[in-house]
Amino acid sequence: MDSLSVDHLTGIENLTTNDIELIFKTADSFKEVINRPIKKVPSLRDITIANLFFENSTRTRLSFELAEKRLSADIVNFSAASSSVKKGETLIDTVNNILSMKVDMVVMRHPNPGAAKFLSERVDARVVNAGDGTHEHPTQALLDAYSIREKLGGVSGKKVVIVGDILHSRVALSNIYCLQKLGAEVMVCGPTTLIPKYIGELGVQVEHNLAAALEWCDVANMLRIQLERQEMKYFPSLREYSMQYGLTKKILDGLSKKIVVMHPGPINRGVEITSDVADSSQSIILNQVENGVAVRMAVIYLLASKIKRQ
Amino acid sequence: METQVILNSKHFELTINRLCYQLIETHNDFSNTVLIGLQPRGVNVLERIKSRLETILGKEITCGKLDITFYRDDFRRREIPIIPSATNIDFVIEGKQVVLMDDVLFTGRTIRSGLDALLAYGRPENVELLSLVDRRFKRDLPIQANYVGRTVDTLQSERVSVEWKEIEGEDKVVLFTPENNG
Repeated sequence: MDSLSVDHLTGIENLTTNDIELIFKTADSFKEVINRPIKKVPSLRDITIANLFFENSTRTRLSFELAEKRLSADIVNFSAASSSVKKGETLIDTVNNILSMKVDMVVMRHPNPGAAKFLSERVDARVVNAGDGTHEHPTQALLDAYSIREKLGGVSGKKVVIVGDILHSRVALSNIYCLQKLGAEVMVCGPTTLIPKYIGELGVQVEHNLAAALEWCDVANMLRIQLERQEMKYFPSLREYSMQYGLTKKILDGLSKKIVVMHPGPINRGVEITSDVADSSQSIILNQVENGVAVRMAVIYLLASKIKRQ
Repeated sequence: METQVILNSKHFELTINRLCYQLIETHNDFSNTVLIGLQPRGVNVLERIKSRLETILGKEITCGKLDITFYRDDFRRREIPIIPSATNIDFVIEGKQVVLMDDVLFTGRTIRSGLDALLAYGRPENVELLSLVDRRFKRDLPIQANYVGRTVDTLQSERVSVEWKEIEGEDKVVLFTPENNG
């Protein structure tokens, strides 16, 4: 009998190891649920969730939506492109307006780091961070660690390398927190311009040579090059990046052991990862997507259980 | 706390045997019947009955486990959420005769959730209920068991516990009564 130590999921940083394990255990049950003929349970029949996406997203939003629907929650969707945000409304006003329509939980993606935490301190609803700028993307990290646990039987003691644009990546930061809390060793790998200067203080190793990093690891998480965040040039060309840091079948087959390949999506095929690697038996990219729904169901279910019925 | 053994290990075994023969009377060779234990403690009933039935009939009987956590009607009313157990139903329920099994039938709410959960797997031909202990007088819902091991009349403040050789070391059913129960 357990419950989460937090009322909101703003980041992995403030979760305990017990919280993460509780989420995983609950996700195991939901994974079974989403493989039934009827993939729906009635738990959240009286909960309304607003999905607020102030930044583009396809799969995260779809995954959250499916998770909410499979828990029988009522949902409302909102995207910044078609909203009053464009007319100058503040975040708090936007959210409070939505909450006046009796919404219990908010799933939010926002371009500003800290937006989820800011909101959680100011509104009367549970907040789930679906990505806040370059800060955190907690549910992605949870589903990544969950997928490693499923594939390798555990996370503790495993060596995970995160390759690519660490500087702009909220997935990287959340993954580092999550994997370390679960007892894994983490390395980051990428060109010097895309590795934050003081990342070593988080207790991760830094490696600039892809081959060496892959030889060290059990799992490689290949991040997407975020073309939309490259406001200045961090590397000479995509082709050069892909020659230095792209994962090819040749590199993979040349390693002394079989490593697991992950990618949070969307994939730039031929840039950070080639098609034959993405579609190989070592890749668990599609398992990550399936697990995403189960893990998000678990997060929403556990947070919703803290909303006491009046 | 006063304790009283309602079923000792000898009667426990007799009761299990009787329930098995009652099941056979209705379901013959179990060719269209599946047994489903409700998590967590109904699974103990299921396993005991399954192994006894298989000895008597000399054939394997289709069994599954069902977790009802997500179907409970007290979600968000409890202080601490219940952590779900595993559901394991790897056969088709459509058109089957289903016997649900639990250890103690009390308010009937667990069974109500179980019926809901079961329907997520298909439409059975019919559903029966087997309960090792039936605590009368405190039913919240119109639910009755088809097969009952032992019926007991209890006060709400009392507690009935079914213990198993595999877990607690001895097969027995115990009634706990608080001291100041008048």
